[in-house]
Amino acid sequence: MVNDTNQNSARQKVVERIFRIIATSCAALILMTIVGILIELFRGASLSIRTFGLSFLISQQWNPVIQMFGAGSSIFGTIVTTLIAMILAVPMSLILALFLTEIAPPIISRVVGYSLELLAAIPSIIYGMWGLFVFAPLMSKFVQPLLGKVFGFLPLFKGSCMGIGMLTAGLILALMILPFISAVMRDVFLMVPPVVKESAFGMGATTWEVTSKVTMRFGAHGLIGASFLGLGRAIGETMAVTFVIGNDHKISLSLFSPGNTIASTIANEFTEASEPLYKSSLIELGLILFLITLTIQILAHFWLKRIRKAVGNI
Amino acid sequence: MKSRSRKSRVLLDDTIRILSCLIAITSIIALVWIIYEVAMRGITAINFSFFTHLPAPPGVKGGGLANAITGTLAITALATIIGIPIGLMAGVYLSELGKGTPFGSLVRFFTSVMMGIPSIIMGLFIYSIMVVTFGSFSGYAGAVSLAVIMLPIIARVTEDMLGLVPSSLREAALALGAPGWKVTLGILFRASKSGLLTGSLLAIARVSGETAPLLFTALNSPYWVKSLSSPTANLTVTIFNYAMSPYPEWQRQAWGASFLITMTVLALTILSRLIIKEVKR
Repeated sequence: MVNDTNQNSARQKVVERIFRIIATSCAALILMTIVGILIELFRGASLSIRTFGLSFLISQQWNPVIQMFGAGSSIFGTIVTTLIAMILAVPMSLILALFLTEIAPPIISRVVGYSLELLAAIPSIIYGMWGLFVFAPLMSKFVQPLLGKVFGFLPLFKGSCMGIGMLTAGLILALMILPFISAVMRDVFLMVPPVVKESAFGMGATTWEVTSKVTMRFGAHGLIGASFLGLGRAIGETMAVTFVIGNDHKISLSLFSPGNTIASTIANEFTEASEPLYKSSLIELGLILFLITLTIQILAHFWLKRIRKAVGNI
Repeated sequence: MKSRSRKSRVLLDDTIRILSCLIAITSIIALVWIIYEVAMRGITAINFSFFTHLPAPPGVKGGGLANAITGTLAITALATIIGIPIGLMAGVYLSELGKGTPFGSLVRFFTSVMMGIPSIIMGLFIYSIMVVTFGSFSGYAGAVSLAVIMLPIIARVTEDMLGLVPSSLREAALALGAPGWKVTLGILFRASKSGLLTGSLLAIARVSGETAPLLFTALNSPYWVKSLSSPTANLTVTIFNYAMSPYPEWQRQAWGASFLITMTVLALTILSRLIIKEVKR
């Protein structure tokens, strides 16, 4: 009998140990995936890195016929579209988060919050369909001619109004990251201790004054973190951009002209790339994208961690 | 501090208020507009043969996306089978075993980071470890790439949900002599099953609309899904290919597929919201 329970408890210990090993290795798998991505992309890109060296980063050549590749135009397009998206989405998200936390009555805040959640859930490819078939025609018919008329003296708004192009891609990106940034910013606003805000209100400050001078200062790290999360998403966004950017390897000052981003180039050309150097160049583009987004994510979470620590939440 | 007249301060405040309302309205309009367009254009493509037939060649009327629908179902189901158990166990580690340890914090940090890695990178990664290794595009590779995307989502939700279970419950079970694995599987999972279900549904919703990771893993195919070891038809890559084609009939089918995907994703998202509401009550 005693022997039996001893055996039983020994078995239990083994089961417990196996359980712990499984859980730990599943957790380790997450780290291994990130390291694995880094190794695999470096391996895949090595041919291109050896062939083109650092000039890959700035060269605007992208010619499969003569096997010359450079990431210049893709990096340029990524920066331009992301910049448009961030310039629009960050201030809008800030004000939207303010609306959700301070301005709107609870019921309306819940409804708007709910629709933002759904907006965030819509897959990227659906934004692409909508962008290509619904939004781009509107851009070419109304928005671009109007911008051309008013700001046509700037090189940014010159050129033919085709609808697709970097401006359209930037606008759709802005719409896509708006729900993400505003959701995180709302959480940051909610973390600010009410007593801090109330004392400012008690001094006779208006809602905007409390927000800009108290809440935003208090939550600055969190707001930066939120913006970085949106930035990471905008840079890596693939399908929506691929649909509307026009996929042209040219650098043009005009926002109306078609372009390409790192992600859109990979999505468009990877399956067609049969030559090893072509494929390797595309993987190097992927490596660049991975390193950029990894850095941005690390910074974003670093900042968000700081604000959580500041308010004593974890 | 600069002193400004009360009037200008209130004016600025009102401007911001009005602006905030406008932005909120814009975001709702955008949501309704997208859903409306997808529904209006998609519904005309949906009919009986859409669910039962193979795609028709360009120019030929009719045909359906039955193969892509079954392919997407198969790939997503396999991704769920792979992704959820691993994600759950990683979440158990984060919440129960690795809490407060340096390795636990490291994994937690990189789980958040991994959620923000673009899905096309996951596609490239699985391409190089599976497609290149086995020499063929395959539905399996597609499923694994989706599973990798689900992994951090499930892990984080699991950690959060297990964290909500009161520790008195754990202590009570441990005091009765129950081993750790029994406490976790029998008590913690049971206590937080609605939360875990929500997380799983959200993760499934997230990956069922993914396109970029399937582009160079599952690829696409105009044929029936016979096995997942060869290129496998799926809805999202079909949308991409058809939308970029010059044939109106194909573009119409792409809208039909978009409609199907959008409704599925929104339904899963709303369902998960309803479950979590029930839990909170």
